[in-house]
Amino acid sequence: MSGPSDYQPSNPALQWIERRLPIFGLIHSSFVAYPTPRNLNYWWTFGAILSFMLGMQILTGVILAMHYTPHADLAFKSVELIVRDVNYGWLLRNMHAVGASMFFVAVYVHMFRGLYYGSYKEPREVLWILGVIIYLLMMATGFMGYVLPWGQMSFWGATVITNLFSAIPYVGESIVTLLWGGYSVGNPTLNRFFSLHYLLPFLIAGVVVLHVWALHVAGQNNPDGVEPKTEKDTVPFTPHATIKDMFGVTCFMLLYAWFIFYMPNYLGDADNYIPANPGVTPPHIVPEWYYLPFYAILRSIPNKLAGVIAMFGAIIILCFLPWLDSARTKSSKYRPLAKQFFWIFVAVCILLGYLGAQPPEGIYVVAGRVLTFCYFAYFLIVLPLLARIEKPRPVPNSISDAVLAKTGSRSTPMVSTAIMLALAGSLFAGSIDSAKASEGGDQPPSIKWSFSGPFGKFDRGALQRGLKVYKEVCASCHGLSYVAFRNLAEPGGPGYSVAQASAFASEYKVKDGPNDAGDMFERAGRPADYFPSPFPNEQAARAANGGAAPPDLSLITKARSYKRGFPWFIVDFFTQYQEQGPDYVAAVLQGFEDKAPEGVTLPEGSYYNKYFPGHAIKMPKPLSDGQVSYDDGSPTTVAQYAKDVTTFLMWTAEPHMEARKRLGFQVFVFLIIFAILMYFTKKKVWADSH
Amino acid sequence: MTTASSADHPTRRDFLFVATGAAAAVGGAAALWPFISQMNPDASTIAAGAPIEVDLSPIAEGQDIKVFWRGKPIYISHRTKKQIDEARAVNVASLPDPQSDEARVKSGHEQWLVVIGICTHLGCIPIAHEGSYDGFFCPCHGSQYDSSGRIRQGPAPANLPVPPYQFVSDTKIQIG
Ligand code: FES
Repeated sequence: MSGPSDYQPSNPALQWIERRLPIFGLIHSSFVAYPTPRNLNYWWTFGAILSFMLGMQILTGVILAMHYTPHADLAFKSVELIVRDVNYGWLLRNMHAVGASMFFVAVYVHMFRGLYYGSYKEPREVLWILGVIIYLLMMATGFMGYVLPWGQMSFWGATVITNLFSAIPYVGESIVTLLWGGYSVGNPTLNRFFSLHYLLPFLIAGVVVLHVWALHVAGQNNPDGVEPKTEKDTVPFTPHATIKDMFGVTCFMLLYAWFIFYMPNYLGDADNYIPANPGVTPPHIVPEWYYLPFYAILRSIPNKLAGVIAMFGAIIILCFLPWLDSARTKSSKYRPLAKQFFWIFVAVCILLGYLGAQPPEGIYVVAGRVLTFCYFAYFLIVLPLLARIEKPRPVPNSISDAVLAKTGSRSTPMVSTAIMLALAGSLFAGSIDSAKASEGGDQPPSIKWSFSGPFGKFDRGALQRGLKVYKEVCASCHGLSYVAFRNLAEPGGPGYSVAQASAFASEYKVKDGPNDAGDMFERAGRPADYFPSPFPNEQAARAANGGAAPPDLSLITKARSYKRGFPWFIVDFFTQYQEQGPDYVAAVLQGFEDKAPEGVTLPEGSYYNKYFPGHAIKMPKPLSDGQVSYDDGSPTTVAQYAKDVTTFLMWTAEPHMEARKRLGFQVFVFLIIFAILMYFTKKKVWADSH
Repeated sequence: MTTASSADHPTRRDFLFVATGAAAAVGGAAALWPFISQMNPDASTIAAGAPIEVDLSPIAEGQDIKVFWRGKPIYISHRTKKQIDEARAVNVASLPDPQSDEARVKSGHEQWLVVIGICTHLGCIPIAHEGSYDGFFCPCHGSQYDSSGRIRQGPAPANLPVPPYQFVSDTKIQIG
């Protein structure tokens, strides 16, 4: 993209095209012959990683849109159907949902890299500003995408974020109504968010083209911040940068796959597995992790309008960075003070992210204000001041000088920063977890589940027994509406035959119709039917149960969680602990106590439960010893019932879990082998250039 | 000694490049599969395509009904004696898609014709009891089917297909 090229393809057909549309020359000059500084480190591969992630998000997103229904009554269900019924639907959905987070991981690394090495400085100001625009578009896209599954967090996130605009004086309310297309967040809102969520990625792709164009005009910055002078300072983009970028992407894919196959819900919020309910706000509204620092800034300012301005200002200020930091030396490598302040700033951002996930009370509020001040002070005080008072170390004359000088202690800073970032990242990610606290309930004991870990499988016996417990006990109040009888015969499930599943289905009466006479009628269940719900609608369920509708159990083990706390959420990332939901469900089933402890008064019609948040549960103790008979000799105790039914409900929440973990293992074996091959290929390609 | 090392150097290097390229190709191809496979009918669609039962008792002689199975219209005609005779009188060899009427109905239930009501030309739905052959007439491009659902005239290349079905009793069939 840097001007006309004299490249000529050798093939006559291509020459014919080239004379009319010099596209091969463009590709050649931009991605083949393009001179790239030879001293780039691996932080520079994040540009390629971001392109890869954008491509993945668009590809998986277009596919998900083929199966998704943007309607307030159907959206949640259609996402569940994607995950349960579409071939590899669970994979595509995980790729897209996790992909959004990975996209932001990469963009934050990319931005901090730009900050550290001064990549926004003359002549790259426009390049940097285009990057900020991409980042803003990503935030808008990510937000609207998160609304689409139409769970509780989707709905309330949409409500809170759109209400930010109500802070605008005079016209705020009208703008919010305009955004909603109604008097509250509802179906019109969902529809337009879907439309825009589909549109924005293509705008991002467009701005990315401009970003790359600007990059290729100004040339890449590099860790030493000196512009290439001679040919010795650069290497051709292909194969050098290409292969290095591909190796970087492969390594990044390992992280991506870790989440897709082993921790798909780690970065999400359990509340989003509860369908949107305009009447109940979840106790903690927490945005996705990548917005948390800005959310913390918003909450630190006690004035509504000022808070909103500060939040947007925190992003917009990035556009002015090239002028706020007027130091001539680009790379912080040669700026001892700027380097230290950079790392302090990184810590400030991470801590702000942590605070964004905490309840806005007590010490968190004070800390939030201090850190908000630090955030802005970095841009408005520290950087302008440093430019005047700091005495930078001498920069090398040229890139090749820098490369020659660089021997010995070369890998240490890289390793330490990588460790630091990994720690910080997990702290950050885990802080979401702590925000999902189920307050006022004891910590459920961790049970050893057969399905936990990378090779976990469901215990068929437990699934069959759990089905029996569900059918004989839970089903009188709780539905299982996302589970069809046919699922009982599917691989990875309770292991029934198709005939057994049909026989099981035929024991149920299912409403069907209308028939030719226009009447509804009852017939025996078929494998394609779903478990019938015990109540015709939510109002009936509420009325029959003292005002608290018994929740549908299909997703309960994914829709419940509890606070793990520091440092467990970091450990959990590595141990793949994902069983907060099952632990909680099993604990609640066993947590009933006949009498509330001294000093605790329960509201009328409530029962005391050790593990239920707030301890007062409307459900009476459902299980007692010997209540359900087992014919395989398993103990008929409450503990066993609870474990079995929870195992069963984990399967109903994620019927393809075994397939997910199996495929995950295969993908990991492949990716590790491929990464090793890529590493040696990269070494061979670069061998001549060092 | 330098000659020896530089002689085997390129081959090892080539091998590495080929192995990496091959791994990338295999991985890329395998990764494509989920993206293609997701286009196929999903599990709920397949389950909804399970066999259906149809009660024939309300259908009087000379009448027909249309039911849906797997999203396709199925014509069930209670044929008159005249229609059956016509269908059996033609010279099978002279037909565009030769097939005897006996092969298109269940023996013992000759009065029942069950066909998928989708024109074999380009997929329109033919109208029953129309056309010159006492069978079906497709309004789209004028294909004519006889009382056995066989193509007699027009652009359609084949007879109306017979779906898989069986009689579960004298007045009830199961389609699928
Ligand atoms: S579709 Fe019936 S004649 Fe063309």
